[in-house]
Amino acid sequence: MNVLVCISNVPDTTSKINFKEENTSFETQGVQFIINPNDEFGLTRAVWLQQKEAAKVTVITVGDASCEPILRKCLAIGADQAVRIDLQPQDGFEVAAQLTAFCQTNAYDLIITGRESIDYNGGMVGGMLATNLNMPYLANCIQLEIEGVDLQLQREIDGGKESLQANLPIVIGAQKGLVEEKDLIIPNMRGIMQARQKSLEVIAPIETEAATTVEVFEKPPEKGPVKLVDANDIDGLIDLLEKEAKVL
Amino acid sequence: MAVVVYLESQEGQIKKAGLEVASYARAIADAQGLNVVGVGFNLENPEQLNSFGVDKLYLINTQGDQFFDITRYGESIAEIVTKENAKLCVVSSSANGRYLGPILAAKINAAYLSNVVSLPSQYEPLQVKRSCFTNKAFNITQSHKEITVLSLSSNSFGLKEKPGTTEVIEGSYSSATTSLKVTTVDKTSDKVTIADADIVVSGGRGLKGPEHWHLIEDLADVLGAATACSKPVSDMGWRPHSEHVGQTGKPVASNLYIAIGVSGAIQHLAGINSSKVKVVINSDPEAPFFKAADYGIVGDAFEVVPKLTEKLKARKV
Ligand SMILES: Cc1cc2nc3c(=O)[nH]c(=O)nc-3n(C[C@H](O)[C@H](O)[C@H](O)COP(=O)(O)OP(=O)(O)OC[C@H]3O[C@@H](n4cnc5c(N)ncnc54)[C@H](O)[C@@H]3O)c2cc1C
Ligand SMILES: Nc1ncnc2c1ncn2[C@@H]1O[C@H](COP(=O)(O)O)[C@@H](O)[C@H]1O
Repeated sequence: MNVLVCISNVPDTTSKINFKEENTSFETQGVQFIINPNDEFGLTRAVWLQQKEAAKVTVITVGDASCEPILRKCLAIGADQAVRIDLQPQDGFEVAAQLTAFCQTNAYDLIITGRESIDYNGGMVGGMLATNLNMPYLANCIQLEIEGVDLQLQREIDGGKESLQANLPIVIGAQKGLVEEKDLIIPNMRGIMQARQKSLEVIAPIETEAATTVEVFEKPPEKGPVKLVDANDIDGLIDLLEKEAKVL
Repeated sequence: MAVVVYLESQEGQIKKAGLEVASYARAIADAQGLNVVGVGFNLENPEQLNSFGVDKLYLINTQGDQFFDITRYGESIAEIVTKENAKLCVVSSSANGRYLGPILAAKINAAYLSNVVSLPSQYEPLQVKRSCFTNKAFNITQSHKEITVLSLSSNSFGLKEKPGTTEVIEGSYSSATTSLKVTTVDKTSDKVTIADADIVVSGGRGLKGPEHWHLIEDLADVLGAATACSKPVSDMGWRPHSEHVGQTGKPVASNLYIAIGVSGAIQHLAGINSSKVKVVINSDPEAPFFKAADYGIVGDAFEVVPKLTEKLKARKV
């Protein structure tokens, strides 16, 4: 069984978000990049399949050389091999187009993306990739059990969950719940050493165009100071919420 | 030409998010001289759309197929977008809306923009504002495609009534299939969901244990609010995953967000920042949440929250 895990390189969740070049691009100076948290849940699930299903796990990212440290980390976590498509993508549409071309020449039984990447929050690559490949897509996937080609799946929906059946091949959008936080694999020394021996192949992109481009970034307006209400003046708080904020 | 909207419904009733996308599409249609064409599945009260400026409704009967079938829904809507020669299609940012958006866009070779927070700032070419970096910033994005699918962030436009007449015609339910089939749906409760809620009451580790969650639930009950929690609370299994909000959880864009015993870590704030009014109740005056909130009480949740609930109850009667 061949599993592909799509990895997006994103700023650490504690990063300060700043822009440069008259707010037309993201300031990466001083920002630490991490594996997109949703993709890390997906990768962990894939690594478990190595033992149970003798799966071969490939990680892939569409990005420039600055993405290689996180691919190495994926290898240290347990992926068998890594691929980088050498292109700085403009949007999710372009990422999906690159991944589509790759998957048309390299067949996978299971393709794992993340629910969304926490930088541009597109939430789109998985659904587009699956549709381009004519495969089903399950978003917000919180359970994946494989029995031969039969799958038992769950999707988180607003206020609950949905259980589904499907067959391989499929594309899923991983998130917390697919595996638990405590199950995330922290690379150990052995993993890090082994990762150095594993293949990280760089391939040339195909010709693609983005469907959208960011014109300019904006930061949210500065907020005024909090209005504190005394703990004994609950009526005061209710009054403010009712009359001033008008939210009750 | 038309703006097509997906009118999400539950048990035959159009959801608030569905009416919000209709309102949004109406404003675009008015600015551009277009028609609003709705697509709804199994709607029981299509007359309701007369008040929201929907010119035409394709009412699709799924013939007993009671679940959301992404393949058939996606294909049915794609056919209508093509038939109506629409350049814009709007979905909500509910779980189903966000699921549908990119799939629909890929089917019709459209651009897709999620987390849209306002009306287009320009139409030729289309430019809209969307939130990014999990609400830590916004950007203006331009579409380069003939057709664009937008997913509208909830509560960002609101409901705007506009009387008119909706022509209802029967739409056809696509017979497209894949191996993916829904077998059952479990709703955790009949309560309001985080995505639909005007008010969200959220609890953090400061509540000390799941046995104290009645404090959160009782307050949410009087307010008709949804309940939410911080990440460690769901990691420890005090509350279900579906309540985890923040950068790696669900986004919240309610009108009122009340955080109780939540410290206000950057990852938590990122997810709830687009809520309009934020209230914090925390015993530590130094808790970072006070910097992000509009109103706050420095105090013990175990004393303040029951009082707040009682007072709100008393006001109601
Ligand atoms: C990669 C990553 C992603 C993350 N994503 C998220 C996310 O999406 N969402 C999220 O929430 N967190 C997220 N976190 C975790 C985040 O950093 C914080 O650890 C978390 O939000 C803290 O939760 P808390 O506020 O419930 O707990 P704490 O930080 O422990 O805060 C508890 C608060 O309760 C107060 N308190 C204690 N007793 C009382 C009392 N009796 N009455 C009133 N107040 C009281 C305390 O003063 C304190 O401020 C993420 C972290 C990482 C590293
Ligand atoms: N540049 C990229 N390279 C590879 N995979 C990506 C890239 N960007 C996004 N993805 C995948 O698509 C998922 C959804 O991303 P997005 O649509 O950008 O929110 C991510 O969780 C990744 O799995």
